Amino acid sequence: MQRGSHFTMRPYRCFILTRIRLIYFTPKKKWRPLSRHEGQNSLTHLNSHGNRKFEVMAGKPKLYYFDGRGKMESIRWLLAAAGVEFEEEFLETREQYEKLLQGGSLLFQQVPMVEIDGMKMVQTRAILSYIAAKYKLYGKDLMERALIDMYVGGTDDLMGFILMFPFLSAEDKEKQCAVIVQKATSRYFPAYEKVLKDHGQDFLVGNSFSWADVHLLEAILMVEEKKSDVLLGFPQLQAFKARISSIPTIKKFLEPGSQRKPVPDDKYVETVRRVLHMYYDVKAN
Amino acid sequence: MSGKPKLHYFNGRGRMESIRWLLAAAGVEFEECFLETKDDLTKLQKDGSLLFQQVPMVEIDGMKMVQSRAISNYIATKYNLYGKDLKERALIDMYVEAVIDLNELLMTHTFQPADKKEQHFATIVDKATNRYFPVFEKVGGKEVTMDKTFLLATGFSRADVQLLETLLMAEECKPDILVKFPLLQSFKARISNIPTIKKFLQPGSQRKPPLQEKDVPKLMKIFH
Repeated sequence: MQRGSHFTMRPYRCFILTRIRLIYFTPKKKWRPLSRHEGQNSLTHLNSHGNRKFEVMAGKPKLYYFDGRGKMESIRWLLAAAGVEFEEEFLETREQYEKLLQGGSLLFQQVPMVEIDGMKMVQTRAILSYIAAKYKLYGKDLMERALIDMYVGGTDDLMGFILMFPFLSAEDKEKQCAVIVQKATSRYFPAYEKVLKDHGQDFLVGNSFSWADVHLLEAILMVEEKKSDVLLGFPQLQAFKARISSIPTIKKFLEPGSQRKPVPDDKYVETVRRVLHMYYDVKAN
Repeated sequence: MSGKPKLHYFNGRGRMESIRWLLAAAGVEFEECFLETKDDLTKLQKDGSLLFQQVPMVEIDGMKMVQSRAISNYIATKYNLYGKDLKERALIDMYVEAVIDLNELLMTHTFQPADKKEQHFATIVDKATNRYFPVFEKVGGKEVTMDKTFLLATGFSRADVQLLETLLMAEECKPDILVKFPLLQSFKARISNIPTIKKFLQPGSQRKPPLQEKDVPKLMKIFH
């Protein structure tokens, strides 16, 4: 028995019917071609009435973190990609953090914490896996999930080099920047370039939009912030970047005014140090 | 039939040990191919076996899987150690990720420079006894009763296996580290008695001993 098997005939049939409908009728909404991936995912979301209703009852997910990227950013990306609206509570003071601790909201005394479906979830990876599975971005079977986990593991490692960057000394920042670019161009980007080249499909796994695609785009953009031409020599990734960026939910997230957070600055570092009482020097790993 | 899973790593715990534990707990026999020299690693890198040029790598069901989390997730799901639905998986993931964090601290202890070792040891003990153990002693804020067998009410899962692994590693670091956690002590005894796990804990199994300082240089030669 394949646990987490998502493929059912119902969304597929509805998808076909919608394609027919679009060809023969003009819907009230502005017509635009329903591309394969969008159809599959937005329809699955729309057709799982149970999910929609459940969301309305349970309220929007609420994110507890600093007003900055850190470990929460991948969660924001994934929720946004899935078209899920979410609220945020930003930690500004030590008192806020202590209040969360005393209230027993943080299982291991740490943020990120996300209130979702009646749970106070902690541990970034746990939260991401839950969201991916819930919104059908985790592949259709065990094998696809394995691939997604492998690819996400790689982009997670790559983004891990960037995570502590804002906390480094100026000298270490310069060194780390070189490390980030070196790892990206010699280890990670070549792997994803090859995956895309070998199967020639639009998405990393199963010819279908997934968490792996969202995570890779996030990683590419973050590395480009360190070196803008880093994708030179990776034509597949350049095309991938353009393709995934133009998916409506992602495009919206990339626009100004979205909940995407900017490159961390000194103010962000100060806030984290103040709230967590994290005053020690951070060294690159 | 695809044959037994084959593990590619050095002859030591590192990031492969949790995978060995899971396979053993599930009663799955596996083979191991040990990297002894840098050439062994280079060979694997050159023949395209390592997606990100790194080990652990496990040959399983026709795949060459890398990334320890991906491998563990796959094994746990395949052998029904990952809960029965999404919410159980979420709970297991939260516990397992925390255990991984603590494992990371324990694993890196041997690699600390001499002047940092004492402080690192203090951090391990502090985090273990103040952050992680209290949670598992209580498990989600509810008092554990004496007849509660596993971390999840619905049964044995990877969370139990990975917590046991970490408890034992923590005790290797500080033998009396569980003195204030009677329920964790009884958890440890109970889970250790599960037949597959009991077998894995016996001498002669594929469980690896803790890394000795004298083995560190050899390791550095393979990976650096």
